[in-house]
Formats: sequence, C-alpha cells, structure tokens
Amino acid sequence: MKSKMTRIPVREQDPKVRATNFDEVSYGYNEEEAQAEASRCINCKNPRCVANCPVSIKIPQFIQQVTLGNYTEAARIIAEDNSLPAVCGRVCPQEVQCEGACILGIKGEPIAIGKLERFVADWSRENGVRFTEKAPSNGIKVAIVGSGPAGLACASDLAKLGYEVTIFEVLHKAGGVLQYGIPEFRLPKEEVVEVEIDNVRALGVKIETNVVVGRTITIDELFEKENFKAVFIGSGAGLPKFMGIPGENLNGVFSANEFLTRSNLMGAYSGESDTPIYTGTRVAVVGGGNVAMDAARTALRLGAETTIVYRRTEKELPARVEEVHHAKEEGIDFRMLTNPVEILGNEKGWVTGLRCIKMELGEPDDSGRRRPVPVAGSEFDIEADVVIMALGTSPNPLIANTTAGIETDRYGCIVADEHGATGRPGVFAGGDAVTGAATVILAMGAGRKAAAAIDEYLKK
Amino acid sequence: MYKIVKKNSLTPVICLMDVEAHRMAASAQPGQFLIVRTHEQGERIPLTICDYDKERGTVTIVTQAVGASSRMICHLEEGDSFTDFVGPLGKPSEFIHWPDEEIAGKKFLFVAGGLGAAPVYPQAKYLHAKGAHVDVIMGARNSELLIFEKEMGEVSDNLYICTDDGSKGEKGLVTNIIDKLMAEGKSYDHAVAIGPMIMMKFATLTMKKYNIPLTVSLNTIMVDGTGMCGACRVTVGGQTRFACVDGPEFDAYQVDFDEAMRRQSMYKELEVEADHKCNIGLHR
Repeated sequence: MKSKMTRIPVREQDPKVRATNFDEVSYGYNEEEAQAEASRCINCKNPRCVANCPVSIKIPQFIQQVTLGNYTEAARIIAEDNSLPAVCGRVCPQEVQCEGACILGIKGEPIAIGKLERFVADWSRENGVRFTEKAPSNGIKVAIVGSGPAGLACASDLAKLGYEVTIFEVLHKAGGVLQYGIPEFRLPKEEVVEVEIDNVRALGVKIETNVVVGRTITIDELFEKENFKAVFIGSGAGLPKFMGIPGENLNGVFSANEFLTRSNLMGAYSGESDTPIYTGTRVAVVGGGNVAMDAARTALRLGAETTIVYRRTEKELPARVEEVHHAKEEGIDFRMLTNPVEILGNEKGWVTGLRCIKMELGEPDDSGRRRPVPVAGSEFDIEADVVIMALGTSPNPLIANTTAGIETDRYGCIVADEHGATGRPGVFAGGDAVTGAATVILAMGAGRKAAAAIDEYLKK
Repeated sequence: MYKIVKKNSLTPVICLMDVEAHRMAASAQPGQFLIVRTHEQGERIPLTICDYDKERGTVTIVTQAVGASSRMICHLEEGDSFTDFVGPLGKPSEFIHWPDEEIAGKKFLFVAGGLGAAPVYPQAKYLHAKGAHVDVIMGARNSELLIFEKEMGEVSDNLYICTDDGSKGEKGLVTNIIDKLMAEGKSYDHAVAIGPMIMMKFATLTMKKYNIPLTVSLNTIMVDGTGMCGACRVTVGGQTRFACVDGPEFDAYQVDFDEAMRRQSMYKELEVEADHKCNIGLHR
C-alpha cells in the first residue's frame, strides 16, 4: 500500500513509442486510480487550492464526490465554474496554482487535482453527461470576439445568465489557441476540444467562424447595425515575435505559430491534409516556453532530430516542468545558456545552421531572473535545416486600430481594468489580448470576470 | 457554407465566381484579399477580391487552375459552396483614404500581369468612377490567359494589351509597353503593378527609370492571413513586414523582390513531390 503522502502515478505512453506518434502522452486515471487519488484529499476547511484557481473551482467538493463515485455530481460542481474542464485538466499549470497551494505538498506530494479534473471531464464525455441549465433568455445580445479560452469562458457565463451570445471567430474552427497552438498529443482536438466547445454551444452560444472583427465587421457596426449591447474582446495574442537577427527570412525559418498552425489547425501532422509542412531533418527551436516545447515535440514526431536553444538555464525555462520532462524523455536535445546571433544559409537561401553565442548569468533583471550575458568570443554553429522561433507573441492590433475609444499600451495590449472594462462603455476585454501571452486558465478567469462585469453593466 | 451563385469560365483555365458572403460584400474595398477553403482537409487559399456587390451580398473571385488546390476551386459549380470564405483581409489600397477631389483628374497607370487583372479591376473601377484618368496595361503569356478585357475597357481611358507570344495585342512584355508609353510622352501621377512576382519585379525596375510612384500587391505564401503565422513576411525598406496585415500593397521601390520570390518557392519541392499543390502565388 502506498503512503498517503505519495500521489497515484498517471500512466503514460512509452517515450520511445510516443516520439513517433501524435496520440495523447498521458492516459489519465481510470476509476480505481481516481478514487484512490481523491481519497488522499483531506478536505481542508479553508482550501488553499480554491484560492489559487483562477476560475475558483470548488475543488474539495468535487474531489469528495469522486471518492464517493458520484462522478455526475463531481462534474456538475466543476461545470459551475469551468466550461472547459477536460482542457484545463490537461493544460493548466496546476503545479503553480491549485496543486502548488495544496497542504499535502508541504510534506509529501500534492493531490493531483488536474488529473482528477480531467478524469471527471473525460468520464462525463464518455457517459454523455452535459449541463445545459441556464436562466430564461433575456433577449439581450452580447458579442464576443474570439473563440479561445477567454471568449468561451465569458460566453458560457453570460449564456447561463440568459444573454443571447454570439462569438465571432476569425479562423475556420473554434477554439483559438486550443485549436491552432496546442498539439494533439497534449490536447486531442476531436475528442476533447471540439466536445467541450459543443458543450458551450449547447448553452445556446452561437459561434460564427470566418469573421474578422475589425475588417468583416467592426465593433461600431456590431453595436449600430446588429444591435449588440456589449462586446467582449478575447482576441488573444497571436502575432509572432522574431529576434531581428540576420538570416531570419531564409527559407526554412518559421515562427512557432506557423509551424504549429500548419500541424494543428490545418492537420498537416496527420498526412491527410492538403496543407504542407516542412520539417527537414535537423530542427533547432529557439525559446524555452510551452510553445517552444510544443514545436520541438511536434518536429520530433515528424521525424526530425530536434534541439532546443535557450539563453538562460534550465531553472529559468518558462515551460511547465512536466513539458520539459516529457520533451527530454522523448529525446529532445537541450542547449542551455545559448543564444542565436545569426541564422546561416546556403546560396539558394535555405537554412543550414544557427550561429550561437554562449551565455552566462549576470545580475538579476526586471523579471528578477539573472540576466544572461554573452561570453565574448564563444560563438559556435549548430547544424539545422529548419529553425523555429518560439519567442512569444503579442496581441493583434487590428481591433484596437479599428475601434474608437480602445487604448493599447506600449506592448500592444488592450488597456482594461481588473473587471475587463476598457475606456469605452460597453466594450470589455480580457485574456492574452490584455495581458500579453499567458495561460489558458488565466484567460478563462479574465473571461469570467468580464462576464460578471458585463452583466452588471447591462443591468444598469 | 458560402454558396457560388454564378460561375463563368473566362478561358479554358480561368474561372470567375460570385460567392454569397453578405458581410464581406458590405465591407470589401479595393486592394484587399480573402481566403477560401474548398473542403475540410483543404488548404487556406488566398485570392484577391475582384469585385463585390453590396446589394446582392456577393463577392467575386477569379481563379486559374494551376495546381491541385486551384483546380479544386475551378471544379466547383454554380450552386456548390465553399467550406470557408473569410475576409476582407489586408489593408485597402492607399487611395481609398484620399478625398474625391484629390483623385479627380489624377493620372493612374495600372499594369496587370495575367491574373493580376482581377485585383486591378476594382481599383481601376473605383478611381475611374471618381474621375481619375486611368490607363491600363494588361499582359499575359498568351491570349488564353487574358481576362477582363471588356470590363477593363469600361473602367479605363486607354487599355493596352500585350502577350508574350503575340496571340493577342502587341507581342512583348508589359515592360515594353511601359517604355513605349513613356517614349510617347505620357506622364502619370501614380502607378500600380499587380501580377506574378517576377513581373512586378521587372515592372518596378522599369518604372523606376521614370520616377513614377509605384505600388505593388504581394502574393506571398500565407496560412491564416491575419498576422498570426508570419509565413508571408517580406523585407520592405529593410524592415520585415507581414504581407497579410501590413500589406498586401507596398511601395514597390522598397520591396526586396528576390527574397520574396525565393520565399514564395519554399514549398515547391514538397508540391512537386505530392503532385497536388500549386503555387499559391499564381492564384492572385
């Protein structure tokens, strides 16, 4: 019998096998494992996990229902606060949120809250459990720009309150980063993302794809011509950053966004899509966040030897520990304290390598992390025929540029208060469009706060 | 779904379609483009907006069957639908922002190569209607690839036609006609060249001799077309710009055409391998 201080391990695909396929890495708990893990929860009177959940899921309550085998009730408790539990159970950084605050984590291992949330959500899907209770329609129209995590969370809450919600999505599929950004092996699209979005639709939320707000229709027109009474902007942070080093426009250099969009949204990974993807044989990914890990692990699965190049040390990697661990298990090569200074190419304009310089950590910078500084004369080359830049993203300026009364800061982020209110009455914003690139769950939290603020605004 | 309400074969390999897209028809402006998908596994294919009818709620596109994806478009018939049809994308032409009195009386020269006639048409139409003097040079490899001759004639003061093989109009390249017009003493306030990248490059080199401000529309590789992927990046005036959101129109004299052509050919090998891809650039 395992100690109560140790968590029930979750079964995963063998690293050698999964490095060659796009099936999900983690199998998740079965009923027996879920109950055993749930029974470790000591049901704190003052649950620190809830306070550290951006959407305030009633964690101990749902876990209690899991121990009792009442999965429908567990799902209902989660659904009150989270419209995308199968997504969040998979991609939330629980280790720094709910699980990071778990009291069991002080002397042992925290409860695997994410894995339990995923178990409940997967069980609900497999058993056709769906919650569609909502207030009767009040006939008031609210428009939401973007069908990513922020927009979906905002839409769910407003629909439950009786509003007539329409989400406008620019791409051909709903889900935002859940569709184009996060790969199948971390977040299955058909089984997980599309089912949870259908659950949001079941609340009466309409999703119109192929609408470019700011071009196809402006926010002014939504108010004036289509009779919307409030608008929530959850358009995310989709513009890729580049380093501005020589050679970045060579053939074979991609933004992580392009590489992942081709693979995920367009389905190029499956080989059944018309959209091509170029992987080459040796891929260098520049960056250390979750997106860098996703791009590297995708390239690996498409058959390339893959190296991650990061300018600080492993300790500073912004990616989740679990993702770094998985990437290493799968055979990704990590080059820390290494920064590209130039991308090298041949006479035909194709990438042949990456010229890097060694770095060392100096004094702490604004972020509190020790600033990496180049070691003079330490340049060296890494061979590569594809280079993927995963350096972060910034918000698309289109909406701010086409809507009067919306301000942006110097990073291009929309200025909004803690409830999501922008400078223009009736226009709210949240998620990456406001904060810059962050996490799915923070965006959902912002979407929920804005939904409450929109309700208050419209009741006035 | 976006229904094809009219289809005309302009030539054996080029078709024109009016597609039902009410919101886009109401908001489209000269210079912009759109993206279509023909089926669930289909590519996102950028095409220029050729015309729009705000009352009927239709947008007109023109496609040349050169590869698998464009052939798939041309195989659709009246009554069929596109799976996806999104736009307008990109910035409208700069002159959209000019006051009418500034346009009236100004002299414009348009240079359209092949399918470039499609995006040139709404621009010429817009300016002609506002009282500008509009001359158009249309060039193509052969008469089979010439489109919009009649329509372009209606929205221009002078229409000059040339083909590489002499099967219609003068035998020669659009650059020969530019030189000829200049030798005749014509002058223009502004010129616009749209067509294959190589034609725009040489039109730019030619026009530079005469010091006429020139705009080109770049038909780069794109995926989302909304600024997300950066596949369309081009060097303009030494800066990296995204053709999809910063363009598609740019000051021709600032564009690095050699880089743009090299980047446009990025998937050529894969396309040949799979024998089911076309050069997206030729669609526009």
